[in-house]
Amino acid sequence: MSELATEANTVQTRIGRRFEQLARSGELGLVAYITAGDPSLGATEKIVLAAVEAGADVIELGVPFSDPVADGPTIQRASERALRGGTTLAGVIDLVKALRKKTDVAIVLFSYFNPILQMGLEAFASRAAEAGADGVLVTDMTPEEAGEHRTIMRTHKLDTIFLAAPTSTDQRLKLIADASTGFLYIISRTGVTGAKESLPEELPAMVRRARKFTSLPIAVGFGISLPTQVTVLGGIADAVAVGSALVAEIETATSEVLAATAVAQRIRLLKNAAQRGISRRDASL
Amino acid sequence: MSTKMEAVPDARGRFGAYGGRYVPETLMAPLEELERAYNEARADASFQKELDDMLRNFAGRPTPLQFASRLTQHLGGPRIYLKREDLLHTGAHKINNCLGQGLLAARMGKRRVVAETGAGQHGVATATVAARLGLECTVYMGTEDMERQRLNVFRMRLLGAEVIGVDAGSKTLKDAINEAMRDWVTNVHTTHYLLGSVLGAHPYPAMVRDFQSVIGKEARAQILQAEKRLPDWLFACVGGGSNAIGLFNDFLDDDDVKMVGVEAGGRGAGIGEHAARLAAAKGFSGAKPGVLQGTYTYVLQTLDGQVSTTHSVSAGLDYPAVGPEHAWLADRGRAEYTAVGDEDAIEAVKTLARIEGIIPALESAHALAELMHRAPKMKSDQLVILNVSGRGDKDMEILARYV
Repeated sequence: MSELATEANTVQTRIGRRFEQLARSGELGLVAYITAGDPSLGATEKIVLAAVEAGADVIELGVPFSDPVADGPTIQRASERALRGGTTLAGVIDLVKALRKKTDVAIVLFSYFNPILQMGLEAFASRAAEAGADGVLVTDMTPEEAGEHRTIMRTHKLDTIFLAAPTSTDQRLKLIADASTGFLYIISRTGVTGAKESLPEELPAMVRRARKFTSLPIAVGFGISLPTQVTVLGGIADAVAVGSALVAEIETATSEVLAATAVAQRIRLLKNAAQRGISRRDASL
Repeated sequence: MSTKMEAVPDARGRFGAYGGRYVPETLMAPLEELERAYNEARADASFQKELDDMLRNFAGRPTPLQFASRLTQHLGGPRIYLKREDLLHTGAHKINNCLGQGLLAARMGKRRVVAETGAGQHGVATATVAARLGLECTVYMGTEDMERQRLNVFRMRLLGAEVIGVDAGSKTLKDAINEAMRDWVTNVHTTHYLLGSVLGAHPYPAMVRDFQSVIGKEARAQILQAEKRLPDWLFACVGGGSNAIGLFNDFLDDDDVKMVGVEAGGRGAGIGEHAARLAAAKGFSGAKPGVLQGTYTYVLQTLDGQVSTTHSVSAGLDYPAVGPEHAWLADRGRAEYTAVGDEDAIEAVKTLARIEGIIPALESAHALAELMHRAPKMKSDQLVILNVSGRGDKDMEILARYV
């Protein structure tokens, strides 16, 4: 592991603390992605608090972007709604500040690079950290382009979470693991975000391959929406990340209150499966 | 005089500060694979031979460098030569790159290609090459572009390609690229993304430039034969910028050859009204360096980093970012970038049609319009090469509204 990563790992955020608790209880964590500002930042605040109440361990706040190349139709539409409502990165950081007054849940800002770049890396990091964010995940940034980004985020004690994909070679997995702090996010399949019925057969092997390169907790996301998928992943990963399934609940709900209730119900269902699933340490993997 | 410019991009795909590789992780290994395959192919004489044969016997290269005697006389300025890429099979320079990448895809064992298209010229060229090489082909096209370039949609379907309309965002080229990238990320094991311009993540900007550089190589030899000296000026339109870089590339070390890239000035200088990314000095607003679709370059965007909509009568120039090498050439002052509005471009189409018997594409007409502005003030011993990057057949429905 690189010197940079080792040093960064000594700073523990709410993310690391939460994963330690989960490890102790042998429970699969639930990472909940919500597009911030869909349909308004006020609604997102209510929805996030309901998600936390229902058992979400980490909240990923999606920063809407005009050109979300890694996202499927559900999150594309959510981003469009959020942008139509005037959501900006600065507004999302203000939302973190508002949430921090009410909850101690770990919060990751999940963004494409350009909005962060336009705010300026230093301005973004200091404002996000001051607001109470714990980590940053940039969808279209890989370790190769992330030198300055990592240095600045580390200075502000923000975890840098990177994505690993089924196409990532061992060499790339090592690079990604070394650049990541907080947790490692494994994309379950080649493709964009969006709920799917099944899990790819190669997924367990992919997670095992990643574990060779990191002792960080591993979250698996993209295409996860069902309790049965969560149960299976209980034996494999440390957390599941759920996004489009929650965003779809918000899209179809007829009011903010109903959106918050629907998201909470979905999380309870998944969390229930996570608690009953086989914990990684019990499984003979 | 000759000043050797440093070789770009560097190993990380950078043209100075611009370029790079900003993509979801799933695409990193495929991009590395593509870069390796391209480097191997480039060093392989049999690949070059096959490409040269296709360029000559399928696409119709070399294209003429025609002395435009009547246009020269009409404008009363420099001696004007036209590089006739409009005479290529499928009607534009796009086929140069499609043949290169198509052969590369086949060499890599990919059975399927996906592409984006704006004006439809790249889509048609991709569909054509896919048919010739026996590859499956899917083309993404904004629904607004499908409407204004209906004939090209029909041509692609006739060639056996699947054309999928994209209804997101501004329903133009940018949105088609987003959707093509989503397809690629999903089908990465079987599919090659045949990107049509000097855009996207490394190695695309360098690879597409190399495949298009045949334009400038030919033009250089042709002008030396005709005039026994290098040209004073090169003019080309710039959407992503592949025809321009294709013409410029072989002249970059020749300090005395001045280069002008012409962007779409649309219907005004305000953000959303144009597609001028590098012509800020001419008063066009909204462009700043940023990251879009895999590369760091000038992007038309809002203050908080959302990519803005663009307008141009020409679908092929209607795009908010520009190839990273152009950003680099602009910063260094090696090439000059300016913009021409819709109406002037349409006037230029009419002029070339009536004076030279050539109907240029609306895209190419932007470069011509800029030359028409400048020519009367230029000396008669000056030599100009204008790249007629494509023919205007596809634009008849649009032109019918104006002419």
